[in-house]
Amino acid sequence: MNNALSTAMAFSDEQSMLLDTATDFFRDKATIDYVRGQIETPAGFDNELWQELAKLGWLGLAIPEESGGSGLGLAAAVPISEPMGRQLFAAPFLSTQLAVQALLHAPDALSAEWLPKLASGRIGTVAVSEPGGSWNLQNSECVAAVTGSSLTLTGTKTFVADAQAADVLVVSAHLNDAPVMVVVPTDLVPDGALTRQVVVDETRRCYQLALDGIEVPAANLIDGSRAKAALGSVRNAALLLLSAEACGGIAGALDLIVEYLNTRTQFGRQIGGYQALKHPTVDVLIGLERSRSHLYHAASLLEQGLEPEVALRMAKAEAGDSFAFAGDRAVQFHGGFGFTYECDAQLFLRRAMWCQYQFGDAAHHRKHLADMLL
Amino acid sequence: MSELTEFGLEVSAWLKENRPAEPDFLLPETFMEVGTDSQFRYLRDWQQQVYEAGYLGMAWPKEYGGGGMSQAYQDIATAEMARQQVPFMTNTIGLNWAGPLILQIGTEEEKQRYIRGILSAEDIWCQGFSEPDHGSDLGSAQCRAVKDGDEYVISGSKIWTSLGSYAKYIILLARTDPDAENKYAGLSFFLAPMTVPGVEPRPIRKMTGEYGFTQTFFNDARIPASCLMGAEGQGWQIAMSTLTFERGVTGGQAGGLSMVAVQVEDVVELARRVQRDGRPAIEDPLVRDQLVRFLTEEQGDRLCGVRSSVSALCSERPGAIGFSGKLRSTEHRRRLCQFAVSLQGESGALWVGDSAAVEGGKWQRSYFNAFSATIGGGTSQVQANIVGERVLGLPKS
Repeated sequence: MNNALSTAMAFSDEQSMLLDTATDFFRDKATIDYVRGQIETPAGFDNELWQELAKLGWLGLAIPEESGGSGLGLAAAVPISEPMGRQLFAAPFLSTQLAVQALLHAPDALSAEWLPKLASGRIGTVAVSEPGGSWNLQNSECVAAVTGSSLTLTGTKTFVADAQAADVLVVSAHLNDAPVMVVVPTDLVPDGALTRQVVVDETRRCYQLALDGIEVPAANLIDGSRAKAALGSVRNAALLLLSAEACGGIAGALDLIVEYLNTRTQFGRQIGGYQALKHPTVDVLIGLERSRSHLYHAASLLEQGLEPEVALRMAKAEAGDSFAFAGDRAVQFHGGFGFTYECDAQLFLRRAMWCQYQFGDAAHHRKHLADMLL
Repeated sequence: MSELTEFGLEVSAWLKENRPAEPDFLLPETFMEVGTDSQFRYLRDWQQQVYEAGYLGMAWPKEYGGGGMSQAYQDIATAEMARQQVPFMTNTIGLNWAGPLILQIGTEEEKQRYIRGILSAEDIWCQGFSEPDHGSDLGSAQCRAVKDGDEYVISGSKIWTSLGSYAKYIILLARTDPDAENKYAGLSFFLAPMTVPGVEPRPIRKMTGEYGFTQTFFNDARIPASCLMGAEGQGWQIAMSTLTFERGVTGGQAGGLSMVAVQVEDVVELARRVQRDGRPAIEDPLVRDQLVRFLTEEQGDRLCGVRSSVSALCSERPGAIGFSGKLRSTEHRRRLCQFAVSLQGESGALWVGDSAAVEGGKWQRSYFNAFSATIGGGTSQVQANIVGERVLGLPKS
């Protein structure tokens, strides 16, 4: 069975250029002081820098040219997400990309309205998680009801990232027992519907959303096979870009560990000389290498229109666990300093935990892989 | 149909037709486990047959006995051997380490003399690096080589000599200058005969109860001075290049298999057949999780191999995949075999020879033998030091 797994690995010159440019860009702009500064702000990101991403064309990579994007496809967003993760940069990039993926399956009028806006710097997000905690996106318990030309929603959404800053939300629900998605411009969200959640990764902004009382035009509905496709695309994009962010995060945590192991001295020698610290650091590197290989393979399959599910789940599981290990060891290897808020290791550990539990942790994906492969 | 595709079909057909009959004895799973004359003869004959058919050393120069073709042909032939799970090439040290080394830095005369015999398995090679007191620490080797006229006199002993009982030649690391400014500078490298008086390979019994290694004693063995490779004092440097071939960091190997591959798929099949606590092991959620971990790891390593040729995706640490290869693959194999034993439940405590042992105790033996690769050629712990120091730039241990 495993012999039949694809080993496709395509990386274009264009993607290579994006990776180089984005690596320099985020290293330059998203210094650790900047990241810590943004933690203290209500929005968690600054709009000026966000607009720069739009000008660089990075927000429209997965949007077709006729809708104001560059049409390069989702795989081209991987070389942006990876260096973003490395610098712990937080902005509504993933949220907006997920909204784009849903809107790509929306009726023409909806996608024509929103995709050009999202390509040019407006913010979108998806509301697909619910209090039950199911990672199966097709099983929403929220209800959509159509009366004449209007549509109402009931139920509760959780982990709606960047909802406060967003211009548009794409919400999953069910209508007559079938999964649907509903496009909700945020000016139709009543005051008080959003409650900020306290999440482990302080660079993130996440909200619980009360749907009761939200009413939108019935034309804002994505249903039937489009809804299933939209949910599938949202999941695929989430697994891909979270894996990319995690790969970046592992590399960032590894940099932090190596830097410390090469400078900190104890018992008369640099601590990196001790094998008890050196060998697990090599394990972090190996986790990074395997994760990146899974990641760019999964991106290649998506780009080539091949079935990506096994590759995406493997990428998310490997990157999720490897990042969790990297963050955990980064704290431990900094000794007493590692226990403090001031040490940057905790930022990586928090981000690792964030990535792990979004859209399915490693054990969840392995369970699905077992059913597919064994 | 492209020429390469056509070639693939040709190799495939040849292997099907010529694959040797299953012997009535247990075959070894790696070249380090060849412990009986019948095992050795079976495997040597097979290598000879493959070479004569033209499927070994295909990318090595024609003038020395190779095929003079592009590496792509050998890669296809080797992949097909893996697919059909035919026996491995027993002269691994010659094919994968000594041969490429001689082709890389050897003299014209050395190439003429040695390469053909390596390919045909007529000349079996072994390796004399490790010593009883110096396993992974090769730089401290004490075996002496003293120049005497047009000969060197070798005294001391080497250990873990795979194929030591069958080898005609040995790649030998010996100390020519005990007073050199540092321990490395005193070492020299020899392409030495095993068939001169004073060389005595003594079989070592492994933890499996089988044989496969020797301790090789040199009692004032005289070898021609022309056996010296390079110059005196270059031994360390040459040994290190040999290790890059051994660890697969550098290409140029003759091709063919050097061991029986253990794939996760085989263990998945085992999990379907065996029972744990009265139920098929494959139904146990913990077993399923672990099998997927192994599959993910195996696929990750396969993809690392593919990614290593995409330079834009390896630019930051170009050595990371290559230098970690031995560590990743040998530890994977050891843990996988260990897991295959644990799948058997109570039968996991049986051993080769018991009539109720699962698959004749093959997995128990594989697990024990897997240590040969996590220890030989630099232990996993030394490999981790190398990766940590060379790839990550951490201080020396």
